[in-house]
Amino acid sequence: MSQVGGLPIRVKQSRKVDPRLVRLFGWLVLGALLRLMTVTTEGTSTNHLLVVDAAFKSTKLIGWLVAGFIMWVLTELWRARKIGALVTSRTTGVRRQWRTVADRALSRRAALLAVVVAAIVLPQFLSEFYQRVLVDQVAVFVLLAVGLNVVVGWAGLLDLGYVAFFAIGAYTCAYFTGALPVAPPFTLNPFVILPVAVVVCLVAGLLLGAPTLRLRGDYLAIVTLGFHEIVQLFLVNKNNWTGGNQGVSKPVPHFSINLFGIHYKWTLASLPYWYLFIGMLAIVVFLFSRLEHSKVGRSWTAVREDEVAAAANGVPTVKYKLMAFAIGASTSGLAGVLYASRLGYINPASFPVVLSISVLSYVIFGGMGSIIGVIAGSALLTFLPAVFQEQNIVRQEDIPMWIGAILVTMMLVRPQGLIPSRRRRRELRLASEGVADADAMSEAPEGRGTG
Amino acid sequence: MCLSQHFWQFLVPGITLGCLYALIAIGYTLVYGVLQLINFAHSEVFMTGGFAGLFMVQALTNSGVVPHGAQSWLDMFLGLSCGAVFGGIVAFLLERVAYRPLRRRNAPRLIYLITAIGASLFLYNLAGKLFGRDKVNIPAMYTNGVVFTVFGAQVRVQQVIIICAAVGMMLLLDVVVNRTKLGSGIRAVAQDSRTASLMGVNINRVISQTFVIGGLLGGAAGFLFGAYLNVHYQMGFLPGIKGFAAAVLGGIGNIRGAMIGGLLLGIVESLSQSCMSSQWIDVVAFVVLILVLMFRPTGILGQRLGRAA
Repeated sequence: MSQVGGLPIRVKQSRKVDPRLVRLFGWLVLGALLRLMTVTTEGTSTNHLLVVDAAFKSTKLIGWLVAGFIMWVLTELWRARKIGALVTSRTTGVRRQWRTVADRALSRRAALLAVVVAAIVLPQFLSEFYQRVLVDQVAVFVLLAVGLNVVVGWAGLLDLGYVAFFAIGAYTCAYFTGALPVAPPFTLNPFVILPVAVVVCLVAGLLLGAPTLRLRGDYLAIVTLGFHEIVQLFLVNKNNWTGGNQGVSKPVPHFSINLFGIHYKWTLASLPYWYLFIGMLAIVVFLFSRLEHSKVGRSWTAVREDEVAAAANGVPTVKYKLMAFAIGASTSGLAGVLYASRLGYINPASFPVVLSISVLSYVIFGGMGSIIGVIAGSALLTFLPAVFQEQNIVRQEDIPMWIGAILVTMMLVRPQGLIPSRRRRRELRLASEGVADADAMSEAPEGRGTG
Repeated sequence: MCLSQHFWQFLVPGITLGCLYALIAIGYTLVYGVLQLINFAHSEVFMTGGFAGLFMVQALTNSGVVPHGAQSWLDMFLGLSCGAVFGGIVAFLLERVAYRPLRRRNAPRLIYLITAIGASLFLYNLAGKLFGRDKVNIPAMYTNGVVFTVFGAQVRVQQVIIICAAVGMMLLLDVVVNRTKLGSGIRAVAQDSRTASLMGVNINRVISQTFVIGGLLGGAAGFLFGAYLNVHYQMGFLPGIKGFAAAVLGGIGNIRGAMIGGLLLGIVESLSQSCMSSQWIDVVAFVVLILVLMFRPTGILGQRLGRAA
């Protein structure tokens, strides 16, 4: 109590703990958490604390705690500008040089060429297992991620039902090849189904997007999540149409060409499929990169950065959001056809909700809005888990946990992603200064749809 | 019409479920009120409550014997409070670790949503890793007899407990929000956070408190839900989405709206069970959600925690 002008004023003593100690505590907790996450025993329903026991009664815990402590020391030194100044003064020059090299159009083309050549040549030397990983995981998810990038990265819409369109594409393929219990009016070659599935998913995307894209952007996330769940329930419960949980009744046939005297049939071998996939991917990437700086792409940027301003300047925001949503959906459908035909067998369990979130995390990890970043991110995050799994480092069931952890860490530490697009990096910086918006999450300026 | 035949048989479980949805919906609506964002990780708060309650009850009961009298009251109370406390802790940590750094950086809303989704994915898979991936039943804390019948529909002890506990907590919350200093802080931030901070409201603290209150209710709902059905590492997903649908139905950001929305959604869902096969039940909530968003996006009672609550 102190007296000011005769009036008693209570001065609250703030009992602040030294922030450095708080940070130390945080690092130690993180170390313990990482020990829990890396423990190899799996919990059971009978003894719930089995895993906790195994994790904390082991000497490895000490290793993780020490690692946490070292990280704390390093970050404190960094904060105190002891190491920080040293490193930044060394690297800024190098970084600037690297930037100018990376920006030069010629070197970018050379890098692109190198990647393409590597994608064509390198898989030849891989073992059959890794070739299969490349086709079934990397190629499929890169294609999916490139499509989702249009929705999330360019238009700034959060679509959590993206894999539902993947499922629709796959089941469209199964239907028109006669693999479902319901007989189609005519059977088609998977190549012919590609455009059909694209149209089907486009329509599905429009039907879902039309009522919801007029609303607040964050409602879209939960509605698309619900849409995924509905599609899933439909696939499981409509036994006489989709085969229910058992999946398709006959194998989905492989791709084949029978045109102008050329006969070729894809088989179980992975390499031919790999070339088919990267061919499709090349087409999609080419089309999308043309879109990025076209009128459509610029409209998406406008909508994402400031929806109200975009609408005020005559951009029909709902129309362009719908377009992005539908383009994303049809890319997903395209990937679905390739996937169904490649594996020959699909069931509802191939399209869990968590897959939508995984694809989202690949886009985020790579860098929203940058095609190269998204391709790199999704290739890394699909190939590495396969390697870890093969080497028995991480259990398959734990992969979603790591993906969740990566998502959170990435958002906290580097929200622009691995290889960000320059535009998004600028948007995020401006947003932190309170200027720009960087997503299409606010109220749609056209007002609330009244039906 | 299919409804008339078993109306009461379906109404009673509908009200029970509805109370649980309402408790979850309050968590969404509170956070939405102060931060204008959907806390996607709220379903994991719910799941934590279920597991915490499960462990508490497992520690209290010895196998095979169903307790009675004072013992079952004690079990129930301790399980419920354990679920609530751990729900509150997880919600608090979520805000501290995931949301506060983003808020300091004024991150776009997309980043919040993705962080929340990542946190949710991480938490439920961590729970699956630690506690196993099977469904576990919470040991019986009482003999689940019939208390009374309404028009031929049996009302069991469990349903009475859930409804009473949920209604009690909701009344308490209503008093807290409308009558206490804590509540007026929450309402002030919801109405206009900048002005509130000029008036001396510590915004960060109020946001933390809001998360904790939502977490307490969500955790308690998790325990009640776990006792009603079972505990499972993915148990939060569907109730979470339905709780959100309920919050939108009642008018997101509006606490009384969330209560009404939850109750209504539970009843609608349960009654539609008499008209269609139970496999399709989960679709009802989404259809309700989409219809509300299309025709009355402000919900039944309208938005704004600050004004209507």
